[in-house]
Amino acid sequence: MDKAVVVKSLDNVATCLADVRAGEDTALNVAGESRTVVFKADIPFGHKVALTDIAEGGDVIKYAEVIGVASQPIEAGDHVHVHNVESIRARGDLR
Amino acid sequence: MTQFMGYRRPDGRIGVRNSVVVLSAMDNTNPCAYRIANIVDGATAVATPFGRTQIGHDFEMTLRTLTGIGSHPNVASVLVLGLSMATANTLADRIRASCKPVEALGLQEAGSTMALTTEGVRIAADLVVAASEHKREPCDFSDLVIAVECGGSDTTSGLTSNPVTGRFADRFIDEGGTIILSEPAEFMGAEHILAQRAIDPEDGNRIYDMVRWFEEEAKRNGVDMRGTNPTPDNIEGGLTTLEEKSLGAIAKGGSRPIVEVVEYSETPTKKGLVIMNTPSAACESMTGLLGGGSHMIIFSTGRGNAIGAPISPTIKITGNPYTASTMKENIDVDVSAIISGGQTFESATEQLWGEMLKVSHGKITRCEVLKEDQLSISRFGPSV
Repeated sequence: MDKAVVVKSLDNVATCLADVRAGEDTALNVAGESRTVVFKADIPFGHKVALTDIAEGGDVIKYAEVIGVASQPIEAGDHVHVHNVESIRARGDLR
Repeated sequence: MTQFMGYRRPDGRIGVRNSVVVLSAMDNTNPCAYRIANIVDGATAVATPFGRTQIGHDFEMTLRTLTGIGSHPNVASVLVLGLSMATANTLADRIRASCKPVEALGLQEAGSTMALTTEGVRIAADLVVAASEHKREPCDFSDLVIAVECGGSDTTSGLTSNPVTGRFADRFIDEGGTIILSEPAEFMGAEHILAQRAIDPEDGNRIYDMVRWFEEEAKRNGVDMRGTNPTPDNIEGGLTTLEEKSLGAIAKGGSRPIVEVVEYSETPTKKGLVIMNTPSAACESMTGLLGGGSHMIIFSTGRGNAIGAPISPTIKITGNPYTASTMKENIDVDVSAIISGGQTFESATEQLWGEMLKVSHGKITRCEVLKEDQLSISRFGPSV
């Protein structure tokens, strides 16, 4: 069983298919090419890992679509979730 | 066209169930509806917590939904209860257009809840006995409407159970049937993908408008929708933003062109992929899908959501290996081997297709056997 899966080759995050520990690595199949990601944090099943560095304000991409923006700099291998990604939709709190 | 054994109704529509419904027209006769259905084996109570003194949009939506449930082709016959005969008949007369047996009783005319119960039991028993003689006969699959729903989503939903449901939807549409995809708030971030699939550009604009309405609602309330949607359990399951949830959610609608956009509890007039405007709370959405005549509902879940619709058999599918294990008693179709054991999408789709065939022929779903169903008609304004 793969530890993580990438949906589209444009994506800069992958979804973990197991609970992973910081320091572990896994090979990922990205459009037929094998890439390796080293996890920098413990990441639970179903949560996302960054495949590349993402600058603060940069797009977070899954399904080849923008799912939000980085609220702080994200490094490849980081856990990507609500602590470092903001939604850009339905933000009535930003008025 | 593939056929299945279903029930043919007087108006020509076909059903996969033969329910006898005790339908309460509004809140104040609900206890009588439950009492009658408790006494009469084979009768199903359908009750709503609102109905009296609603006005305008809410009044129309409630009446359209209850009419849709009474007229539903999975329903053989109906006993409508109202506080008075006038209120009972307001609903019953609309259901009578479906030409099926419809009886109506008013509490005030009956005299008391005990008298209403006695008379209601007598009528409901007659309806159940008569309905028991209905035979299944060959019907075309192309006359079935299947809704696709998701709830308790997590990232496995968008990666496994929703795409499997989407492949199922494509196959069902290719066989001539109709699929309804609802919950436009959960198109947010993915609406451009759906809008460009609308055959009529005006329907594409309506999809944008529906999503905008829900987004403006968050802005009018001055809130970040996150925490409400994605919900706390969605977030625990790895969904980070509503955009991510939406991109996974629309996968369950498959890839075929959109032929029609309908409002809450409206019955589609075209075959193919239809969009219905509902809130994204599962019970409210399924109630609208039921009111619009959905014969069955495919309900995809990740973290686990066990609720279904009354009357319309709800088939639970999950791709999450943990949920497939912990919520086993509530799951009809387990495709978690996509993640844990190398199951292909083709095999998982075949598994769901096979289950739908069985359920359409009468196999009881986990929601049905455990009575995991809830009617929740949406409302937007106050009663007056």
